[in-house]
Amino acid sequence: MDSYDDFMARAYAMELEATERYAQFAEQLDTHNNRQVAQMFRKLADVEALHAKRILEEMRWPSMPALPPAYAWETAEGPETAHFDQLHYLMQPMHALEIALKCELQAQQYFENIAASKAPARVRKAATEMADEEREHVRLIRDWMKRVPQVKPGWDEDLDPPQVTE
Amino acid sequence: MDALPSVSVALAGSGGAGVMTAGNMLLEAAAHAGYYGLMTRTSGPQIRGGEAAAMLRISTFAGDGQDDRYHLLAAIDWLNVQRFAAELPLGAQSLIVGDPAQGEPPEVFTRSGARYAPVPLKATAGEIAGAWPNMVALGVLAALVGLPLASLEAAARKAMKKGLEPGIAAAQRGYALAKGLPSFPLAPPPPKKNRWLITGNEAAGYGALRGGVRFVAAYPITPATELLEYLSPALAKVGGTLVQAEDELASINMALGASFGGVPSLTATSGPGLSLMIESLGLGVAAEVPVVVVDVMRTGPSTGIATKTEQADLGTALYGLHGDAPHLVIAPNSLEDCLAATEWAVGLSEQLQCPAIVLADQYLGQARAVVDAPAKGDGFIERLKAKGDGAGAAGGDAKSGAATSLADEAAKPAAGAAKPAAELYKRYALTPSGVSPMAIPGTPGTTYTADGLEHNEKGTPSSQASDHLAQMDKRARKLAQLDPGEAWATVEGEGETALVTFGSCTGPAREALARLEAAGEKVRLVSLRMLAPAQPQRLARALEGVRRVMVLEQNHSGQFLKYLRAEYGLPFEVKSLRRPGPLPFRPAEIQGALAQWRSA
Amino acid sequence: MNAPAAPMALVAKDFKSDYKPVWCPGCGDYSVLSAITKALAMLGLRPENVAVVSGIGCSSRIPAYTTCYGFHGVHGRSLPAATGLKAARPDLTVLVASGDGDGYSIGGNHFLHACRRNVDLTYIVMDNHVYGMTKGQPSPTTEPDWSSKLAPGGTGLREFHPLVIALASGANFVARAFSGDPNGCASMIAEAVKHPGFSFVEVLSPCVTFRPEQRAWKDAVHAAPVAATDDPARAARRIMTDDGFNIGVLFKGKRPPYKPGVGKSAQESAQAVAALEAGFRLQEA
Repeated sequence: MDSYDDFMARAYAMELEATERYAQFAEQLDTHNNRQVAQMFRKLADVEALHAKRILEEMRWPSMPALPPAYAWETAEGPETAHFDQLHYLMQPMHALEIALKCELQAQQYFENIAASKAPARVRKAATEMADEEREHVRLIRDWMKRVPQVKPGWDEDLDPPQVTE
Repeated sequence: MDALPSVSVALAGSGGAGVMTAGNMLLEAAAHAGYYGLMTRTSGPQIRGGEAAAMLRISTFAGDGQDDRYHLLAAIDWLNVQRFAAELPLGAQSLIVGDPAQGEPPEVFTRSGARYAPVPLKATAGEIAGAWPNMVALGVLAALVGLPLASLEAAARKAMKKGLEPGIAAAQRGYALAKGLPSFPLAPPPPKKNRWLITGNEAAGYGALRGGVRFVAAYPITPATELLEYLSPALAKVGGTLVQAEDELASINMALGASFGGVPSLTATSGPGLSLMIESLGLGVAAEVPVVVVDVMRTGPSTGIATKTEQADLGTALYGLHGDAPHLVIAPNSLEDCLAATEWAVGLSEQLQCPAIVLADQYLGQARAVVDAPAKGDGFIERLKAKGDGAGAAGGDAKSGAATSLADEAAKPAAGAAKPAAELYKRYALTPSGVSPMAIPGTPGTTYTADGLEHNEKGTPSSQASDHLAQMDKRARKLAQLDPGEAWATVEGEGETALVTFGSCTGPAREALARLEAAGEKVRLVSLRMLAPAQPQRLARALEGVRRVMVLEQNHSGQFLKYLRAEYGLPFEVKSLRRPGPLPFRPAEIQGALAQWRSA
Repeated sequence: MNAPAAPMALVAKDFKSDYKPVWCPGCGDYSVLSAITKALAMLGLRPENVAVVSGIGCSSRIPAYTTCYGFHGVHGRSLPAATGLKAARPDLTVLVASGDGDGYSIGGNHFLHACRRNVDLTYIVMDNHVYGMTKGQPSPTTEPDWSSKLAPGGTGLREFHPLVIALASGANFVARAFSGDPNGCASMIAEAVKHPGFSFVEVLSPCVTFRPEQRAWKDAVHAAPVAATDDPARAARRIMTDDGFNIGVLFKGKRPPYKPGVGKSAQESAQAVAALEAGFRLQEA
């Protein structure tokens, strides 16, 4: 992590990637008539988008820049990006929050690692702030989890076999 | 003997004898002397070394039918030539020329009562270093039909790359040996005019190019291969491309892919290949991608007789596609019509954004003939294309002249929208003509997905009954509104009896009717060129005043008769004259059937 | 990494159509779609200059989900359609999307010949070892002991090895990607598009409905330990002996791609057609 600008660009990409993934999830579940969870993913996407927007404002980048065309994470995707295969068409709100919790924890860990690294002071300071923010997200999601019903066994049972479409 | 308007000559022999080469030279010589001519060929199943025969008809008139009998049969040897007996009918007036050193002519030929003239072909050739017996035979035949030696020499010069001088010398010897033998002199040639020497397959290939075809996918199959082989170098010259495919499933899809890219495309095949292509032809119908398949029909079912002709793919061509899949089926009804019919099919396919099958056959495809130079066709007909960004994505309905409300809507500029045209462009817009502007890849603002799934106007897959009905109506409308003009059929003559046929049966039918007319009997000829979409009103008009209809076709089950009954009703006294391939109909056979029917 | 300053002409989203995918939530194909759109943006292409061709199956739904020109043809024939398109229109970038049933079974023969023909195409096969759209029948890459209604107890047949076959048939670029890594998959697809000739990208793309156990693939995959080779023999040995989860570009060949014909202007072409008449015209004696 060489410079503050690099760090912020990466943080921005991370938030944007997370936003897009949640939006994709919302879309998939809309198509599969799971409106409740779709709505939750849309909310999660909004939260991440807000975070991204704040980075934009802070950096005074003129407009939403596109996702950098070539960048790589240590892992396959950004630390805050949920895996594509986490979805199930019958998934419950709790499942969505479990996904989000895992992502926020990973993001928190990511920023904490940078804060503890030998990066320039300005970067470490920013990373500490962002880690705090992610920690706050973790707390919020844990609260949210208390308000949704527990997952009952057999939640993924489908009374009908899958469809043949072509 | 009196001078004849037409002489039929066959030259047979086994592998390496060069009968095809000699036959081609005889045809060239006839052309050089100012005659019309036609050469067909037959051979055993061997790739090399099998028995073979070149069969020619040289005449003072144009035509591609066979005569009732051969005047002359010459054989360089008789090994297995008896297998061709059914294809080489002889009569008491016929002459058999054979080399006595090769044994007597088989009984299947002599029992016709034909005379036999032994001529030492091999021994004569042996007297000239580097000469072959086929050239001696060629000389004999040319002399017997009265072709000038100069024409024979000109033909040899054109055809022979090596051994020319000994070849000409051998032909001269043969010419001299014919003296005193019964001869079949041709009447003087007709006035010379612009003529071509061409096979049906070449004609179809050239017609495709005239129609604008610039991409061809090729998988070899007898008897369509020569069409593809003609197109390979020809396409290179005109800036087109030919790709050899791994199978017919690939060739039809390559053609569809290229046509989707905006390039008029074609492939050629025969029955087995057509069967493999059928599923994808349905894709062409559903996705509205123009493509032309020339089916050079051979004897079926299955592998059948790969080298012989039959008109038995009609049912497959008309009805083989699954689902209701309106498409074009065009049948050339003469050798030179392979050119015009294919050119027409390409134009119609492009105009209607619909697949077309051209039903030629082995007889027309592989025969080589001297024909009058074909007239210029309509040439390249450009398909209706979407114009892309800003220029009205859906374009107008050029055919109907009136833009639809949908097209109008699509043409409106969508201010501020990120992807205006692409969102409004309706690839499958429901236009009055059924034809909607097709966007060609590379055009901005009109991207769409061509789909074999049923779709809505935009091309988005849909399982809605309303979309299915609307798109079915649209695809049917394109064909229903087509006006083929006079080209739908060849209608000749008058009378209360009509002979209705298609394809290669037309030649012998026309000749039979000409003989009847000469005898004072009038029979109408209706030879359909546009088989799909059917033209019931036009046929009804063509058959006004007719009481009896004979339906002529070359297949076992009467596919054409069934088609006519289904599409037209045929409220006449109807008789079917049919048999399977591979033997061609001969005029006397048709004449006889008509006479028998009338007296019955 | 540079700051994301100047906006790109087009971003991945511009290649994604409004038509919503019908794949099961969690399907690997969502990720492949995402990778394709990212790759096209990375390459700086425009949708109208790209065609995505497919056959039938879950994976073959991709063309309509992009804003590119699409061709959704019949089962198994995507490669021939793409070959015709690219040969007739060499100016277009042509991507082919397929699956293990469409590409390796019904379209198997075309796969061999597309590899050896070496037309400049990018062939992306989403391999989930199962026929998903027809409800879970074994495909050519299904394990021999995988039990299903059509083959209870398994097929007992060994799996088809697409990468080795591609290599042996002459593919000029062979890569294995994983849908769980859309960014890696995107750069591999971009590299495949840039590489001349026939490029084959096999994407392990789990089927969460019929093969939910494939969710474990994300723990099995690992980056190829060495860079791509241009030596087919070396690549073959590596591919034959790896564990099937070796992700990366494995072979980058140097075969010259198929050369399509050289086009002519409409006028030149028409003149050339007219000139061909001479071949048929008889010399007047």
